[in-house]
Amino acid sequence: MFWGSRKTINMNYFPDEVLEHVFDFITSHKDRNSVSLVCKSWYKIEKYSRQRVFLGNCYSISPERLIARFPGLKSLTLKGKPHFADFNLVPDDWGGFLYPWIKAMGKSRIGLEELKLKRMVVSDESLELLSKSFPNFKSLVLVSCEGFTTDGLAAIAANCRFLRELDLQENEVEDHRGHWLSCFPESCTSLVSLNFACLKGEINLASLERLVTRSPNLKSLRLNRAVPFDTLQRLLIRAPQLVDLGTGSYVNDPSSEAYKKFKAAIQSCNSIRSLSGFLEVAPRCMSAIYPICENLTFLNLSYAAGLQSNELTKLIQHCRKLQRLWILDCIGDKGLGVVASACKELQELRVFPSDPFDAGNAAVTEEGLVLVSAGCPKLNSLLYFCQRMTNAALITVAKNCTNFIRFRLCILDPIKPDPVTNQPLDEGFGAIVRSCKGLKRLSLSGLLTDQVFYYIGMYAKKLEMLSIAFAGDSDKGMLYVLNGCKKLRKLEIRDCPFGDAALLEDMGKYETMRSLWMSTCEVTLGACKMLAKKMPNLNIEIINENEQTESNLDDNQKVDKMYLYRTLVGHREDAPEFVWLL
Amino acid sequence: MSSPLLGVEEEVQSNVSSPSVDCGLGLKERNYLGLSDCSSVDSSGVSSLPDNNKNNLNLKATELRLGLPGSQSPKRETELCLLNLGKLDEKPLLPLLPSKDGICSSSQKNVVTGNKRGFSDTMDGFSEVKGYVYTQKSWMLREAGSDSESPQSVGHGKYPGNSGVNVILSVRSLGAQASVKKEEPANVLQKQPRATNGTNLKQTDIANNKSGAPASRAQVVGWPPVRSFRAKTLASSSKNNDEVDGEPGPAALFVKVSMDGAPYLRKVDLSTYSTYRELSSALEKMFSCFTLGQCGSHGAAGKEILSQSKLKDLLHVSEYVLTYKDKDGDWMLVGDVTWE
Repeated sequence: MFWGSRKTINMNYFPDEVLEHVFDFITSHKDRNSVSLVCKSWYKIEKYSRQRVFLGNCYSISPERLIARFPGLKSLTLKGKPHFADFNLVPDDWGGFLYPWIKAMGKSRIGLEELKLKRMVVSDESLELLSKSFPNFKSLVLVSCEGFTTDGLAAIAANCRFLRELDLQENEVEDHRGHWLSCFPESCTSLVSLNFACLKGEINLASLERLVTRSPNLKSLRLNRAVPFDTLQRLLIRAPQLVDLGTGSYVNDPSSEAYKKFKAAIQSCNSIRSLSGFLEVAPRCMSAIYPICENLTFLNLSYAAGLQSNELTKLIQHCRKLQRLWILDCIGDKGLGVVASACKELQELRVFPSDPFDAGNAAVTEEGLVLVSAGCPKLNSLLYFCQRMTNAALITVAKNCTNFIRFRLCILDPIKPDPVTNQPLDEGFGAIVRSCKGLKRLSLSGLLTDQVFYYIGMYAKKLEMLSIAFAGDSDKGMLYVLNGCKKLRKLEIRDCPFGDAALLEDMGKYETMRSLWMSTCEVTLGACKMLAKKMPNLNIEIINENEQTESNLDDNQKVDKMYLYRTLVGHREDAPEFVWLL
Repeated sequence: MSSPLLGVEEEVQSNVSSPSVDCGLGLKERNYLGLSDCSSVDSSGVSSLPDNNKNNLNLKATELRLGLPGSQSPKRETELCLLNLGKLDEKPLLPLLPSKDGICSSSQKNVVTGNKRGFSDTMDGFSEVKGYVYTQKSWMLREAGSDSESPQSVGHGKYPGNSGVNVILSVRSLGAQASVKKEEPANVLQKQPRATNGTNLKQTDIANNKSGAPASRAQVVGWPPVRSFRAKTLASSSKNNDEVDGEPGPAALFVKVSMDGAPYLRKVDLSTYSTYRELSSALEKMFSCFTLGQCGSHGAAGKEILSQSKLKDLLHVSEYVLTYKDKDGDWMLVGDVTWE
């Protein structure tokens, strides 16, 4: 019967269905993982009731094992290439293929409904197979993927009868100018979200209008550059219920009929909370947007190269409820000052460089950041490309905003010191990690010594992801981080003087992390081989583009790119020739 | 890829490789017409003179480019250069003196490996080429001292021939000899005061110039960490915005300037300058903040319309030469024709 105090209830008296119902309320992946570790019966119940699975590294497990582990899988998130692939540090054929997953799930009885992919290679064939294998498929989200064409999209449109969401974010899509949009059958009325902003080709406008007209649940619509202004206006009339709008080409003549109609149309779109697009923009037309600005919580103008600082600030002044702002650095420090005074609810700010390779021309400096930190106390997420940064500014920012969860600073000129004191930026970043106890993600830049890593190891106890470039003096730097950051999951390092001693000091650490990337560091082949030998649960991959074979290299030679990750399934079988699996 | 995997491989090959190589950059392996161009210039130069004079105002087809004098090109390059450039002295000359002798200085050690060959061919010669590091993808961070290693470490799997394009500069300058034509740089309509980076990191070339340029010019792959999709999109959207805004100012003469080795191009309003020297120093300033060294980005911004001209500038006047492409597609040394 009962052991222990009267307050203890033995949950094993509950039938499985009750437990399952209780587990339904537990949605976070981490919590569900914990639940499955409690006892065998909980493991079993959780296993069969689990619907959503997140795989941060598609090579950490195989499709077959995933299916066996969670037969009730309905929603899968997969990430493929390492993060630095975004910056061309990973060759194209490295891996991250979707097809094997679709094939395996298609053969099994998995009733897949949602698929979210990041940095994966997605072929038309896999999209077609996907569209035919899962009759209840509802949602496809592709972020930074490549390998497919509009033909693949046509298959999705044609075959997924209950499709609710097709969201393409920043993918490299080969545009065959087919009429993929027209492939949505007339019977398809379930669309809630349609984002094709990253497509470069022409769109069948008539099909688009018809599609939007017959989608009464459409909440999110992001158009590509090929959709002209007057079509946008007509779409708004059809879909005044939109919550998220991405404009296509936003160019018109303010005196034209179309413009007047647009102004009228947008007045009735009072549900819009999120606005993006403006790849092509006529500044004089921006005032038409002002009426909806006061409700906006997310504004993404990071592709609006045609807007100057004064136009941006005029617009932003109306956005009093803004929580997330993505903008180009042409807004300037003064413009950021306007943001600071207008957007008191701001939580996330991303300032992208309009001229990434011209460090001298970057229009924002430390001043803009300080202004925003002073004016926006709720700021918790930052991505900031700037021309320069000072320790004093960072210390001030740290004082003003203690809530940072993500802090990513990119000073365009690598290894640039504090221009005022000529010192490294160790103290500035140190202040950030000391003050922001909840910091989960950090990207460093500027001139940095081992000292900054000392601070990170000492204070950044919740840190999960760290990106380092051109920093540090010695192995000590890396060791501070590996030893101090207990929650570290992803570490990516490029062009730092960290070598074998740091790599090999605590090999078990890597099993607690998702992955480690080191490129152009001081790590030798021999050390990598040793690590591979001692840690069978890690895959150590050497990416070698020099057309040398393994036998040519001796162990003392430095490795150019190394990527290691924990895995349960050993070496992957789809690695190209230039990837050596040790 | 040698490991077969459930037909994935084929997809990858067909679907992945081409998009990525194409990447909207229109990169192809090209034989940089440098030589052939020049020869056509030579032969046709004189005969086309009279026509050109008449067509003075038809500037659409001219392009400006700046020749990059290489310092340590392999022997064959030197020969090539000498061959083509005729009388060139070694000493770097201020290329922008409004002189009419069309002397193209510095050209000898031009970076021209890719003259007649696609990029992949040139890669073989790399080990000899100390100064030049080409990657298809992007910049490479190398301090001066390590240049000799760079070719090796740079290597990426594929080498689109983009590099060839940029390289030909000096040979282009050969056009200077036939530069008696009174061509003026073409005008480009737009108002946009500056071009956003046109680069697709994937296609930039890197010419590591060792000619005594401040060795600290580093070239960095994958820096700054901007997603290549974003970089490409911004580049092409800035171009489009130019066309969109319309109404250029009364005398706005916008000209695209590409610097050899630069990941993206700039635009200059020629009407704001009154002498070559002004233009030259403005360009110098514009590209001097270019700590990331020279990267050929010719292909990056996509194919330009004939009506646009390109100017290639260099970080240091003494090492770079301003050249332009006229309406016949010949590379001309800037400075021969009067400013007006």
